[in-house]
Amino acid sequence: MALRLPRIGTSQVAALVLILAANWMVSPQFFDIRMQDGRLFGSLIDVLNRGAPVALLSLGMVLVIAMRGIDLSVGAVMAICGAIAASLADSHSLPVVLAAALGAGLACGLWNGLLVAVLGIQPIVATLILMVAGRGIAQLITEGRIVTFTSPELAFLGSGSVLGLPTPVVLTLGMLALTLLVVRGTALGLMIEATGGNPRASALAGVGTRVITVAVYMWSGLCAALAGIVAAADILGADANNAGLWLELDAILAVVIGGTSLFGGRFSVILAVVGALIIQAMNTGILLSGFPPETNLVVKALVVLAVLLAQSPRLGGFLAGLGVLFGRRP
Amino acid sequence: MPNDDSILLSLTGFSKAFAGFVALDHVDFTLRRGEIHALLGENGAGKSTLIKTMTGVVARDAGTMRLDGVEIAPRSAAEATRMGIATVYQEVNLAPNLSVAQNLFLGRQPTRLGLVREREMRRRAEDLLAGFGLSIDVAAPLESYSVAIQHIVAIARAVDQSARVLILDEPTASLDAHEVEVLFGVMRQLAARGIGIVFVTHFLDQVYAICDRITVLRNGRLAGSAPVAELPRLDLVRMMLGRELSAATAQRPPRAPATDAAPLAAFESFGKAGTVAPFDLTLRPGHVVGLAGLLGSGRTETVRLVFGADRADCGRAEVGGQAVVIASPREAMRLGFGYCPEERKTEGIVAELTVRENIVLALQARRGAMHPLSRREQDEIAAKFIRLLDIRPPDPERPIGLLSGGNQQKALLARWLATAPRLLILDEPTRGIDVGAHAEIIGLIRDLCAEGMALLVVSSELEEIVTYADEVIVLRDRAHVAQLTGEAISVPAILAAIAEAPADAA
Amino acid sequence: MNFKTLLLATALSGVAAGALLSAPAQAAELTIGFSQIGSESGWRAAETTVSKSEAKKRNINFKIADAQQKQENQIKAIRSFIAQGVDAIFLAPVVATGWDAVLKEAKEAQIPVVLLDRDIDPSGKELYLTAVTSDSVAEGKVAGQWLVKTVGSKPCNVVELQGTVGASVATNRKKGFEDGIAGASNVKIVRSQTGDFTRAKGKEVMESFIKAEGGGKNICAVYAHNDDMMVGAIQAMKEAGLKPGTDVLTVSIDAVPDIFKAMAAGEANATVELTPNMAGPAFDAIIAYKAKGTVPPKWIQTESKLYTQADNPKAIYESKKDLGY
Repeated sequence: MALRLPRIGTSQVAALVLILAANWMVSPQFFDIRMQDGRLFGSLIDVLNRGAPVALLSLGMVLVIAMRGIDLSVGAVMAICGAIAASLADSHSLPVVLAAALGAGLACGLWNGLLVAVLGIQPIVATLILMVAGRGIAQLITEGRIVTFTSPELAFLGSGSVLGLPTPVVLTLGMLALTLLVVRGTALGLMIEATGGNPRASALAGVGTRVITVAVYMWSGLCAALAGIVAAADILGADANNAGLWLELDAILAVVIGGTSLFGGRFSVILAVVGALIIQAMNTGILLSGFPPETNLVVKALVVLAVLLAQSPRLGGFLAGLGVLFGRRP
Repeated sequence: MPNDDSILLSLTGFSKAFAGFVALDHVDFTLRRGEIHALLGENGAGKSTLIKTMTGVVARDAGTMRLDGVEIAPRSAAEATRMGIATVYQEVNLAPNLSVAQNLFLGRQPTRLGLVREREMRRRAEDLLAGFGLSIDVAAPLESYSVAIQHIVAIARAVDQSARVLILDEPTASLDAHEVEVLFGVMRQLAARGIGIVFVTHFLDQVYAICDRITVLRNGRLAGSAPVAELPRLDLVRMMLGRELSAATAQRPPRAPATDAAPLAAFESFGKAGTVAPFDLTLRPGHVVGLAGLLGSGRTETVRLVFGADRADCGRAEVGGQAVVIASPREAMRLGFGYCPEERKTEGIVAELTVRENIVLALQARRGAMHPLSRREQDEIAAKFIRLLDIRPPDPERPIGLLSGGNQQKALLARWLATAPRLLILDEPTRGIDVGAHAEIIGLIRDLCAEGMALLVVSSELEEIVTYADEVIVLRDRAHVAQLTGEAISVPAILAAIAEAPADAA
Repeated sequence: MNFKTLLLATALSGVAAGALLSAPAQAAELTIGFSQIGSESGWRAAETTVSKSEAKKRNINFKIADAQQKQENQIKAIRSFIAQGVDAIFLAPVVATGWDAVLKEAKEAQIPVVLLDRDIDPSGKELYLTAVTSDSVAEGKVAGQWLVKTVGSKPCNVVELQGTVGASVATNRKKGFEDGIAGASNVKIVRSQTGDFTRAKGKEVMESFIKAEGGGKNICAVYAHNDDMMVGAIQAMKEAGLKPGTDVLTVSIDAVPDIFKAMAAGEANATVELTPNMAGPAFDAIIAYKAKGTVPPKWIQTESKLYTQADNPKAIYESKKDLGY
């Protein structure tokens, strides 16, 4: 494995700035922000608000990936938890709704964690089980329909605002702070990085790798549950067929863009969120640009390729070489 | 500069700098036909940089290279191989899951109409290995064979690709004595065919056993080059270290017997089926127990049971007079045990984490995730042990993977010393590290022992074991076969115990 | 409904069945097997519910086999219907190809097959009696024509929420709408993006449209390829301080219950129905075929009916909400 000196995330932040600048070029009102009915309104706010579900997923995914794992089930867990929240919203109080949905997310994470840590199933296979079955479970809960609700408390979590910021953004910031507190305020971060970097060495050094593995999958399940609640609250209904569909891939991409290696080890929670914002800034930019929708995926692929290439140490060296070459010329 | 027909490969003025750090400074090197040429130096002396620049893995900054009088400049290892310079590394870089035959002919399989001719390939593989005195099932996966055989397969592959120069980078580091002899046989045979062999090693005995000529690097410069016969051991060590090895490592100091101390831990009929036969073992404060034996004799298996890395299936363990069950490393740590494993890279260090993080890992794990050491405490612990053990460079924030083997080993010792263990288990603490670090680590073992720590040390360096052990247990074929104490401990005695033929053997 | 035909058909088929199979005396009814795809969407669930109630109305013994999106299950179900000697088989094919063998078996057993909702490859044309499907081009066209009529001569900038890129329904509904507004130069599509047929994407895309079009001031109407995306778009407009249904006209397709709720609240203007009642016309065709040997046309096109706020959306919502949408 290549050894890297600690990262500072320059390339990710630069990529985000470049994409925002590109958005501003295709859509001059991109940075306009005004108050609308007591909440901030503008494309930049949309990027934050729409990026919230993937950002939430990436908060769990980054820890799982740092442990050399992967969680393919997060999209399906979103669907399950969204379905639970929407089904209970009009008949139960918000704390009950949240407890049920978040509890379901934790249970899903526990299932994944046990398969990986205790039965030793490869993470990609273990979580694939729930990825496939989970959507079916969600469809059973909703009976294949879009379950709508009217509870204003739950709706507030999707489309309300706190101090002008959309609630999903505030929830994401809160979850980011909580994640940072959990991994960096305790020694969990060090243990995750050690286990991801060298599981055998860490186990021999007394790190409780199994417990930590189960814990990170549960955290991922919790983050997915919150993302599912936000997604359901946003459209005032649970769409079991489509909620969170393919978002696991966006979350993995966000983590990778954030510089965390799929081989585990060093991770950055904040840069994973920046990665999620990069993806959403790109999506919003495409929507604003007026390009025909057939080009969406191509544009997205090209931008992602550019961001990942910019992080490649080899290409970095090559570009630096070019810089020196051209810099020397009179 | 010699200029005769016998010269196969000559390097002149090789230089290489990495980001301002000079790794090679105008090094000359000459290899003759049929010569086994030792390339020696401490870690960081420039051996691996010289090899990498020779084989095109790393581009050199300056220097010329002639093979059979023709100037060459390979730009990659593959190109160097095509030109006739092949390298076999310590960690054999073949595909362990492919068969031996597939590994031998990977990328150049005999084909007919585009299809690989499996049978033909196997036949040729068998012929090829027969030339090395190896008769094995070439259809079996490479990983099913010992490291020694894997090395011979790698060498056979290199030689079969019409190598004229063969570079062996620490091939003997993980081989036991018998395997080393087999490898030496192969090397002699290749040399007789006129192939020039560059042999990188840490084992001075092996240099004198097989090499014709020695070249020593120190701090990126050529320290000297001479035929083996003209370079006595003391001169060689002086050339490598730039100073004389402290006499302390060579002699067993007189010490008071400590056998009367109350045992810290006692194991009775402890063992695991298929791993190591039941054994008795008593560990006392201030007492060093050495485990000696060939590779695979059950040494590592013994210490893994003691540390709970594997679970014993029979026998009793007592610590401080209390019966205990040691089911995991965590439980062993709670009892005050520490364990530096033999496989430093795969079981010891976490390469991408910093020296500081590696040092505090075990202590932190014992405290639990919810009781984090503050950054200041971590810095203090790291600084203390970096100073105490003289870890270089003394930068706690450097990824440990970038340190030399000896310094990684010291950091691993620091990891356990930070937990203030009552029993420290060291598995091959001096393997693969340079001579200077050897002496320091042996000194450290003695100091720890004097402070009242119990030590259990596995080592194949018999000369070293005799200098620090109060008791030596000899293992053979996964069983403890002899126990030597006090004055009875000597290299010949240990060798005799290891070599003693089992009753039923021919 | 033609009650006389029904009576006659029931009587005749009863006679026929009695004569051929010497069935029990009360076998005065038709037995029809339906191989349904599954329940992947609300519309599909509604189709199943409506089919059952339509069968009940006609006193037909109706058996539904849920294939859970698998062709092999559908083929098994058809074979089982053949073995049971049903009078007709309805099939909502999950894919367009691979039906020849099993449909030939049905033909040899002289059991007529009616395709519902989806067509199969033209090579199989001889193997089924008729196909009852909607015309998605016509749906788009009805939507377009309503908009042209509603705005009159005023200039109108339309934003379009497309279905999933590449889906034939999306392509057809886009084409139909464009045909519908072709005559009116004052109505033009200014932005068009895919909302993947989902509420969430419909909302997100609409948010961007609003920002890109001066906070929504430049948008006169929204056209969505399905009602779900429109429900999301309506939320986006409300959150942006716009009044959908008043400031911005809406027209979408499918006629799911939730759009009627929005219409009742004055937040949506029009929807074009993709009727879940595919079975009704199919039953009628089979009854006529069995009774008089009337061969129906090869394609029975369901009506693409337009609903607006004038059609008592609240009542329609009540009637539709329990269909399983």
